[in-house]
Amino acid sequence: MSGVRLLVGTRKGAFVLTSDGSRSEWDVNGPLFSGWEIYHANASPADPDRLYASQSTGWFGQIIQRSDDGGRTWEPVGNEFAYDGVPGTHQWYDGTQHPWEFARVWHLEPSRTDPDTVFAGVEDAALFRSVDGGHSWQELSGLRGHETGEHWQPGAGGLCLHTILIHPDDPERMVVAISAAGAFRTDNGGETWRPINRGLRSQELPDEDREVGHCVHRIAMHPSRPDVLFMQKHWDVLRSDDGGESWHEVSGNLPSDFGFPIAVHAHEPETVYVVPIKSDSEHVPPEGKLRVYRSRTGGNEWESLTRGLPQSHCYVNVLRDAMAVDGLDPCGVYFGTTGGQVYASSDAGDSWTPIVRDLPAVLSVEAQTLQ
Amino acid sequence: MIRVALPQHLRTLAGVDGEVHLDAQERPTQRTVLDALEASYPVLRGTIRDHGTAERRAFIRFFVCGHDISLDPTDDPLPDEIASGAEPFRVVGAMAGG
Repeated sequence: MSGVRLLVGTRKGAFVLTSDGSRSEWDVNGPLFSGWEIYHANASPADPDRLYASQSTGWFGQIIQRSDDGGRTWEPVGNEFAYDGVPGTHQWYDGTQHPWEFARVWHLEPSRTDPDTVFAGVEDAALFRSVDGGHSWQELSGLRGHETGEHWQPGAGGLCLHTILIHPDDPERMVVAISAAGAFRTDNGGETWRPINRGLRSQELPDEDREVGHCVHRIAMHPSRPDVLFMQKHWDVLRSDDGGESWHEVSGNLPSDFGFPIAVHAHEPETVYVVPIKSDSEHVPPEGKLRVYRSRTGGNEWESLTRGLPQSHCYVNVLRDAMAVDGLDPCGVYFGTTGGQVYASSDAGDSWTPIVRDLPAVLSVEAQTLQ
Repeated sequence: MIRVALPQHLRTLAGVDGEVHLDAQERPTQRTVLDALEASYPVLRGTIRDHGTAERRAFIRFFVCGHDISLDPTDDPLPDEIASGAEPFRVVGAMAGG
């Protein structure tokens, strides 16, 4: 019988939420790694029992946890993320140069085909890869070594590599995104990279055609159409139809085009979800109403989804890695908030129900479809 | 025997209850105690001292016999009470973050 497993990372531990295919009743397991920040937990598409989690605190640094039994038991694996060679410097908030320093793993992206291969996006921005199930990590330093690297500047959350998209048919081709450097693409397995930010407009940048410096918050892709990418930028929702070579804005009628997460429906590549947030200075839903917006036209035309969501006095945020879809039909959509709620929709967003209401602030949500 | 008292999160990570006991050392120092601790519990590597530099992480402090020795040279000998196991070598998470 089919089911869904949600991997929820919070400020104070991880939670695993499971349901059968009806998605009406949920078991809540956690907190795992209580007291630690879990920036992200993710599952291998090649082995549903293989899970990885990024566990960290300011006191004790970074731990990577791995499960081989679907989250029932975990073991710490390798936690040494050493930059390749002499790390050098990047730009700091005040424009001065600042040494590259590892802070934490923001995002873990397992290979589509090999459970032992997993990519880690880290702060300060770099991409690491493990081919031994997380025991050891090697930097794909062609990214950070790009000629623009010394000009990369952190966003408010740090200089973080938060998005890793692996092409479904060509594993040599990947797209990553860094706040606040922009999006980058490799076509040779991470050896060399190039910025793919043409068409992005950022008011903070005097040169509107600047190659890097864009605060990309999240990029989503539907595996059936890997050349179509959807981006939630600091401001603006954008779309690319050529694998990131060029972008155009599709914010359309959104009440605000600031936000963090963006997700694509599992079966409808033109159906996209965002959660508008009032502004970069306030980070709350417009008008105190928590609304998911759905476009069934690949952008520009958006409808508000509110049934089951608080429509007054709601001032939570939804962070960039905290929205996911499952592969069932109808498509399930899930998101977590900084107020500790995890909302689920089993009808592609038409209606929502809180699975849990009072977790620690939610940092990430991933959805696994179990057969 | 050398006794090491770890903060709760590191005890959980290392899978131990209470203090950790290490083999006796003739002339223990911060460095030799932490080297032995990490050799016995590899999962603690990187959580007390940085990988690579082996420098103490910013929010970690070391106490022996009621004294904060975090800023002392890492190769200074520790008091006899540590060498004899009469007192534990304490690894403490600094109070920070409100």
